[in-house]
Parts: sequence; C-alpha cells; structure tokens
Amino acid sequence: MKLITANRLLNGEVVWLGAEGQWVSSFTKATPLETAEQLEAAEKRAQADSDNQLVLGAYSIEVCMEAGEFKPVQLKEVIRAQGPTTRLDLGKQASSHQL
Amino acid sequence: MYRYDEFDRDFVDQRVKQFEDQVSRRLSGELSEDEFKPLRLMNGLYLQLHAYMLRVAIPYGSLNARQMHKLAHIAREYDQGYAHFTTRQNVQFNWPTLEQTPQILKELAGVEMHAIQTSGNCIRNVTSDHFAGAAGDEIADPRVYAEILRQWSSLHPEFSFLPRKFKIAITGAVHDRAAVQVHDIGLQLAKNAQGEVGFKVFVGGGLGRTPMIGRLVREFLPQEHLLAYCEAIVRVYNLYGRRDNKYKARIKILVHETGLETLKGDIEAEFERIKDGVLSLPAAEVDRINSYFAPPTFEQLPYTAENLEAAKATDRDLAQFVQRNLHAHKAAGYASLTISLKAIGEAPGDATAEQMDVVAQLASTYGHDEIRVTHEQNLVLPHVKLTDVPAIYAQLQKHGLATPNAGLVTDMIACPGLDYCALANARSIPVAQEISQRFAQNSRQQELGDLKLKISGCINACGHHHVGHIGILGVDRKGEELYQLTLGGSADENTSIGKIIGRGFPRNEIAGAVETVVNAYEGLRDNPQESFIETYRRVGPEPFKEALYGTA
Repeated sequence: MKLITANRLLNGEVVWLGAEGQWVSSFTKATPLETAEQLEAAEKRAQADSDNQLVLGAYSIEVCMEAGEFKPVQLKEVIRAQGPTTRLDLGKQASSHQL
Repeated sequence: MYRYDEFDRDFVDQRVKQFEDQVSRRLSGELSEDEFKPLRLMNGLYLQLHAYMLRVAIPYGSLNARQMHKLAHIAREYDQGYAHFTTRQNVQFNWPTLEQTPQILKELAGVEMHAIQTSGNCIRNVTSDHFAGAAGDEIADPRVYAEILRQWSSLHPEFSFLPRKFKIAITGAVHDRAAVQVHDIGLQLAKNAQGEVGFKVFVGGGLGRTPMIGRLVREFLPQEHLLAYCEAIVRVYNLYGRRDNKYKARIKILVHETGLETLKGDIEAEFERIKDGVLSLPAAEVDRINSYFAPPTFEQLPYTAENLEAAKATDRDLAQFVQRNLHAHKAAGYASLTISLKAIGEAPGDATAEQMDVVAQLASTYGHDEIRVTHEQNLVLPHVKLTDVPAIYAQLQKHGLATPNAGLVTDMIACPGLDYCALANARSIPVAQEISQRFAQNSRQQELGDLKLKISGCINACGHHHVGHIGILGVDRKGEELYQLTLGGSADENTSIGKIIGRGFPRNEIAGAVETVVNAYEGLRDNPQESFIETYRRVGPEPFKEALYGTA
C-alpha cells in the first residue's frame, strides 16, 4: 500500500495526497493507494500539481496497517508525518495533525 | 571586524532583489522547480524533511552583537524561535517559508549578512580558528586571510560550478583549532627563518564517505602568493576533478587517483604561470584588510582578577566554568570565553532567540562587540576581562548558557540527523541527548577530561564522526537505525581518522556502548592526566574491543 507525499511550494509544509486529489496536512487524511492504477492516477495528479506550483518533490511512500490504521513504513516518513522526535512542540505533532 | 564597502553592499542588495524576482517567477510558474532549485540553493535555501531550511553564512564564524540580535529576530519572527549553529561556523533556520525568504534576506543584508555560497558546488564559507585575534599562541590573525579568500572566492566566475563543493579552513596557530587537515584546502599560518608570514598548505583532506587527511603540498607559501596558489589548486581541480560520479568528485579523490606528486606538479606549473600577476597580494592590501581586524584596545591589567578568584573560592560551579570555558588570551587580564550550546540533554548547536539576544547583549556590554561561532557548535566571546567573568557567568546561568563542559564528553558535535535532514539515515540529536544525560554529572565529566565525541546521522559525515576521539555514525540497516562506533579520530595538528571498532549497535544500546568505551579508558589510562586519545594511541583498539564485545 502506498501514499503520495510532497511539500507545499509556498511554505514547505509536508502534505499527502487525499481524497479527490486534495493535498492534506494530516497524514491520517491521506488516501492509501492499493492498486497500480490508483498509484498511476495519483502520480499524474502529483505531477500536474507540481507543474501548477502547488507542491514540490512529490514521491510515493510505503505504508502498512497497524492496529487498524495505516502508518509509514520508513522512520523518515514517520518523522515527516509527526515532526522532530526531539522537539514535540514542532511539526505536525504540535497541532492536531498527528499520526 | 570586516565592514562592507559600497561594492559589497550593492552586490548583496542586488542579489536580494534578484532572488525576490526569482521567487516571484517560481510562484507564478514562469520558473519550474528544476530551473529554480539551483537558484534557491545558491541563496542557501534547501528543502528538508519538514520545511525549507535557510543556511546563513557567518564568514569565518565572526559576527557582532547587531548581527546576532538580527539572527534572534529572524528566529522569532520568521521561524520557530530558535536557530542551529553548524560545524561550518554558519547558522541554519529550520522552518522558513519560501514566500518570506526574500524578506529574511533583506533583513540579513541590513546587517551585512547573506546566504550566498552556503550551498552548491562552489567555494563555501572559509572557516577559521574561533579564538582568532585573541589566542596567545597565534602567529597572525587568520581572519585577515580568510577575508581575503572570501573576497576572492565570492562569485568567482570560474569556480561557481566546480565538480563538487569546496571547503577552505585556515588556522593561525600551530595548535590547530580549525581542523584544517580535513578540508579541501587547509592553511596553517607559519613564519619562515626570516620571520616572514606565510602558509603551510594542505590539499585533499575531507570527511564524508571517503575520509582522507590533507596532504602537504607546500611547507611555506609566502603570503603574497596566497590567492595565486589557491587559484592554481582550484583551477587544476576544476579541470581534472571527476564530474561523472558525485561521490568521487571532491579534490581528495583527485589527489588519491592522480597521485600527490603528479597533482603537485600540475598545481606548481599553473602557479608558476599565474604568480606575480593580478592575484599577487600587495603588503599594503594585507595591511588594509588587517586594519579591519585590529584588536580592541586592551587595558593594562594584572594576570589574575581578585574578584574572580574570590568568587571561584565560594562558587564551585563558577570555578569549573573558568577551568573549562576560559581560554588563554594574548592580553593579560583577559580571556576568550566559550558559551557552550551543549546544555545537558539539549540539541547540540541549538540556541533560542532569547539566548541569542543574551549573547549579543553580553558581547555589547563586556565583549568589545565580538562573537564567534565555533566549528564545534558553540559560541565564543573572544575578548572579555577576567574581572567581568562573574557577571557574565551570572547572566549565562540565568539563560541556560553556563554549562561548564567545553572540550568535555558532553560538548559533542552532532549533525541535525534524521530529525531534520533529507539525507540522513538515522537520528543524531536524541543519541547526543542520551549520552549527554549519562555523563551529566559535572565531576564525572571533569574526571574524564578532554574527550571529543562526534555524531553523524549518515555517511556524509556533517557531524565529523571520523575525527572524533569517539565517533558515532548512524546508518540504516533494514529499516532500523544502527550506530557504528569509531575510535581514535582527531582533527587537530595530529589529525587521524578513527577506525570502526566492530559491529554496530542499535539505537537503544549506543549510549551504553559509549559508556563502556569511556569506562574502559578510565581503567586503561596511565594517570588521570592521560587523555582519551593519548590512551587510545598508546594501547590501540584491542582493549576497547574486548570491553565492547568480549574476547570470544
């Protein structure tokens, strides 16, 4: 299972591709991609939004199911989704956008 | 310190305007990210894990109170209230927006600062001894030559697209506090038999995935040839350095693959061709730059300060601070004072906006308006009166800046690691914090004495782990953080590259492994004065291996 992630061009914020092609600020609102067709469509969307100055550096990440919720496989992506592990007052974890 | 002339000011202002225009063209879609990325990098703007990161140049780590106040202001108004001081004597802001970056650059230009050449394959910020102009042991002030090199290398048209980035360090004393032998060019000020000032020149040092110690190419280079010789080195590198593989593109690989003698021949031939031309440094020009770095007028003072001695007698913490954080000054009754950014359990190199303001204020009140950033991620007030140390210490204490650990095990270098950096494979900061907590007790640290611990979160080695007496390298092993220990590294005049001691340790075991190594050292040292590196050099790695892994 995969997700598409990127950073917003204007402020660099970490975002994920959510329902109806919206870029969402919370990992939990991202849309998991289960088939190759879904992934291809999402990548096209990400490319279009990169071309339209919405996001930059879009790429796909692996996610897995844990206790009924999906979460990133890689530690790097966990940290992007939450914030620095040494500063809980910074990044997504500082607001409501938690894993 | 150096002040901008009209040319410098116009140039920096133009660059700010240019970048403002580039950002607006990026946001309108006129520039694609592929087109824009090299432009933003030329202005120090990276994209990291959580946000953009702006790296601001602090030439040879030297700044004044007004500049430090401005950095604090930027941290407060445009970022998250803190900044990170780096091993390149620069400063990084971790949360700026693209939209606001031109405004930040405008603010910086207002205090003669910028972010030019803090990224890209060009000659980066020239680094130097943080005690420059103050240390009793220096031959000449290295900042003068660092400034001359800065002017020469700024937007050097031929050297703006080198095979890879290029780093120059310069030290003014025989005791190297600038790690010159692990730089692309390392310069050590020296005097010849006639008493003339010049440089010992090293080429091809570096860390990263292929650590190498710089090779001596010139025992004595007269100062008037500094620019011509550096130009010859960089020109030869630009011509022959590899561009097919970024991991083999640094000059150290060229030295290694070509062979020192051949390369030296090429450098000397080019030097012969261009020397005594436009790049010759007239003594008058050196004097002119020297005048910018004229030392403040020091008062005639006794070597010791009675009030400080009395305060030390009743305040053990102050006494420890004086012992560790004051460095001998060339003027009697003065010292250079290290402000440790390694409070126990904190992220190495981070300072809050409030702390930066406090340091700036102290520099204004007590420090002749001078502040230095060290490559070990601390700050320094280079010229303070010993009589003022109790008052400075009291202020530092109030703001969490009085940790008396300069040069001790908790005064470690750590890169931002996977908590921020897009290149990292493992976290560095929490490892540093855990080790810091383990050795928190002051008396324990003091007993251990000088010990340099350095942590990198990936093989690019921004945390200088190869030259740590104890080095830690974080790697990714099948999705888990794993930490390799290296021992025996050093970055002073006896530079050595540490050796990997054995299999790595998982995240929850690495701090314990460091403690095992340190305990082993305590048992092995000949006497309490024998430092970790001296013991290691005497006994070798085996006893440490045994302590870590048993004799199996």
